[in-house]
Amino acid sequence: MNASETPERIVVVGASLAGLRAAEALRDEGFTGELTLIGDEPHAPYDRPPLSKAVLSGWLTTDHTELPRVRDIAARWLLGTSATGLDLRARRVELADGRQVAYDRLLIATGTRARPWPQQQGGTLHGVHVLRTRDDADRLRTALAAGPGRVLVIGAGFTGGEVASVCRDLGLEVTVVHRGDAPLASALGGVVGRAATGWYRDAGVDLRLGTTVRALEGDARGRLRRALLSDGTVVEAEVALVAAGAMANTGWLAGFGLAADAHGVACDHTCRALADDGTPRADVFVAGDVARWPHPLYPGQLLRLDHWDNAVAQARTAAHNMTRPPHDHRAHRPLPAFWSNQFGVNLKCLGLPSLADQVVVTQGSLDEHRFVAAYGHRGRLIAAVAADSPRVLDGYASLIEAGAPFPPELNATDGPDRLLPLDAGFAHRPAPVPDRPTVPSIPPAPSLRSVPAGHE
Amino acid sequence: MTTTTQQHTASDLFAQALRYENRADPYPYFAQLCRRPVVPEENGTWLVSGYHEISRLLRDPRVSADRRRPEEEQPIRKSLLVEDAPRHDQLRHQVTEQFVPRIMGLRDHIDGLVTGLLDAHTSQRPGQLDVVGDLAYPLPVTLICELLGVPREDEPVFGSIARRLTRGLDPVETQTEDELRELREARGELVQYLEGLIADRQAAPADDLLSGLMFGQGSDAPMDPIDLRVTLALLLIAGHETTVNLIANGTLALLRHPDLLARLRAEPDLVTPLVEEVLRYDPPVQMSGRSTLADIDLGGTTIPKGSRVRLLLAAGNRDPRRFSDPDRFLPDRPGNAHLGFGGGIHYCIGATLARTEAQVALTALARRLASPRLVAAPPPYRENAILRGPDRLLVSFDRLTPDPRSV
Amino acid sequence: MTTDSPPEELRLVVDLNRCQSYGQCVYAAPTVFRFHGEEVLEYDYAPDPGIRREVERAAAACPVQAITLGRATEPAPLTTESAQ
Repeated sequence: MNASETPERIVVVGASLAGLRAAEALRDEGFTGELTLIGDEPHAPYDRPPLSKAVLSGWLTTDHTELPRVRDIAARWLLGTSATGLDLRARRVELADGRQVAYDRLLIATGTRARPWPQQQGGTLHGVHVLRTRDDADRLRTALAAGPGRVLVIGAGFTGGEVASVCRDLGLEVTVVHRGDAPLASALGGVVGRAATGWYRDAGVDLRLGTTVRALEGDARGRLRRALLSDGTVVEAEVALVAAGAMANTGWLAGFGLAADAHGVACDHTCRALADDGTPRADVFVAGDVARWPHPLYPGQLLRLDHWDNAVAQARTAAHNMTRPPHDHRAHRPLPAFWSNQFGVNLKCLGLPSLADQVVVTQGSLDEHRFVAAYGHRGRLIAAVAADSPRVLDGYASLIEAGAPFPPELNATDGPDRLLPLDAGFAHRPAPVPDRPTVPSIPPAPSLRSVPAGHE
Repeated sequence: MTTTTQQHTASDLFAQALRYENRADPYPYFAQLCRRPVVPEENGTWLVSGYHEISRLLRDPRVSADRRRPEEEQPIRKSLLVEDAPRHDQLRHQVTEQFVPRIMGLRDHIDGLVTGLLDAHTSQRPGQLDVVGDLAYPLPVTLICELLGVPREDEPVFGSIARRLTRGLDPVETQTEDELRELREARGELVQYLEGLIADRQAAPADDLLSGLMFGQGSDAPMDPIDLRVTLALLLIAGHETTVNLIANGTLALLRHPDLLARLRAEPDLVTPLVEEVLRYDPPVQMSGRSTLADIDLGGTTIPKGSRVRLLLAAGNRDPRRFSDPDRFLPDRPGNAHLGFGGGIHYCIGATLARTEAQVALTALARRLASPRLVAAPPPYRENAILRGPDRLLVSFDRLTPDPRSV
Repeated sequence: MTTDSPPEELRLVVDLNRCQSYGQCVYAAPTVFRFHGEEVLEYDYAPDPGIRREVERAAAACPVQAITLGRATEPAPLTTESAQ
């Protein structure tokens, strides 16, 4: 079959948010052929954001995180089996159980996984957790419900903060060890990060900034007992959550001809996967957390967004383009948007703060939980972060999209008399790979930061 | 750029929409206005009639809810409705904390009130019901009085004041000197009435919202007497002059769509989306006011800093760029994010209560009225252009049955 | 609508980027939606089908229409059929 013809068989690898929404969108687009979804987890598609919040707190069990099915997709589901290889020429996906699945169009939506703790530094100890999947959440919930004397959270990014926050709600002692100078600073900068520091401290979290964990140590039975920190101190803890970033699930693609590596699968603005020579494939598409693509708002790099919103939007765009000839393709260029809830604060973010050089508080005050911070890059407004202020963000969205001057002239009634822009306080050059917000993962790990952002 | 002719036309269209002769159906004028979603009037006020434009201004930090005309006198204290953050947020928090727990779980009580109001007119023979006077007005008034702790028997006093005051919300151009004077008098009477009420409650606290605000029974501090009076006035008037229109406009829509009335009888749950469609199609509050704190660019048109802005919610609700078949009443409409309750930080505080009242009232009418027919089409409307609705809504019926659920 | 069969399972999801914490869902279906703090919305993706009516009221009342209701049709957990 030629790529310009109507596909008869579509295979979606990845049965989470992006995979499910893409499958539904494919049917919405009128695709009537054979549709196969392949997922390595045995569960029906579920939503990840509550795993680090309502599930850990005990309010929801993990079977109460399943995503609604908004239409019949008449798909063949191959769950509990992972894809292990790809034959681009023969158009076949290989599965771990030896089966092969043929396609006319392929969508890669395999997402990311939590970066594990190194085995030689205690990563195999009982009590050391990561949080990305339903099963991870069940294990961590069980561990927290057992009432450990102290929980250690490694990394004060979005997931680290969410988990530490739940632990405090549960009355558990928590130590958070964070490499940077402030929580969330790699994603939101030092200014908002300092406000977040206050949330941690007010909640009674033992927050160790500018510190790393050298090693985790266990007892004779292999159970976690303590962490040795870079400042020489020791933290006794029976449970540790490693919230040290996410890695793209691309191992299964290695060596099969696509431009895929640990940072994601490169694709073009229409979601077509790039072959390793840089040319787009007409029959392979990418969506969700695993995709890296050139966004016109952020030239000179390939963007990977671990955002709920992006997974849904990119899935729809990919589905549209998979079922249409190239002249009818749509570009994927959303305004990035994400949220996180921690320490009782609702954080909503538009744009990519991590690219900013300056920041200014435009409404409310950092000392209170309610504020809006606007981010600028070379005199243009590029992002906004709202803490407990979800009803005023639309105004910022249009200003960001219009590339309005920074600092923006707002004269908000709850703003300061004069806007005083500060250095945005990003420790390094703006991170080319933005942080994940709501879903288990976190501060871009150092190795991710150094990604050549595609082509800086 | 907007030409002078267009300005003239926009002002004209708006004036037409406000004329009493067009009260029953201002929508053709709104539809024409909506073709230019952001346009200045000759007097410098901006008319915003596009859905997306209104929606954005409702949630823009460069917009103030203070809509006073420059020549108007400063109120002693601004109410929630026209107050801005951060004071708005504090006031709203205080009110929400007292209001919300009192309206949760109120559905059965509302159902009982509706049943009682209709029982008074039960008839096995053909007859007439004034849906406004017999149901749509007394229901919300009773409820707001119960909630606030205002004696129901004082209704003749504050009911008349409320009615006179809401007329004052209309664009000033439509009011005479006499009307403006009457407005000031009504305002004075209300202040006097509420101050008396507050003094009474101060002496004898009760288990009502007034007492809750006065004594700070929630996590918030007690509300000071002036805020208390201003807030009470707002809630009392809103309770009197808005939900009545929602119920009446909903009844009107049902009478004009007998197929839907029949469907509602068979599927009572239809009432949920149906009330949302009433809020879109024929909203009880037709427009809202704002002013700009900075230049605001909306799709290529810049509203200058310091402008007064009218958000024509009723026009935005029928913007063809947002709603397909905007002039059709379609309760099954998906994604009906109408502007009926506004949006942003000033989103109607009584929305839940109003929805419940309308859902219960419309379901009961559908259940109990046999062969209802509109007596006058259109029915006579009240003067008010902003809080717009029928003055009387006479419905003739073959029977008004007892509540079948209690038989 | 009456039915003799047990009420159908339902599932829901809230687009929390779109959500602006108006709280209308919390007021309509307080056992399904709740606030944690002033603006943080939490919700149950799989509410008891017996309160479908409340959930539908919550979804209809959302001022920004951020709530999606759907079914709970399970895909087979693991297909054993062989792929061609």
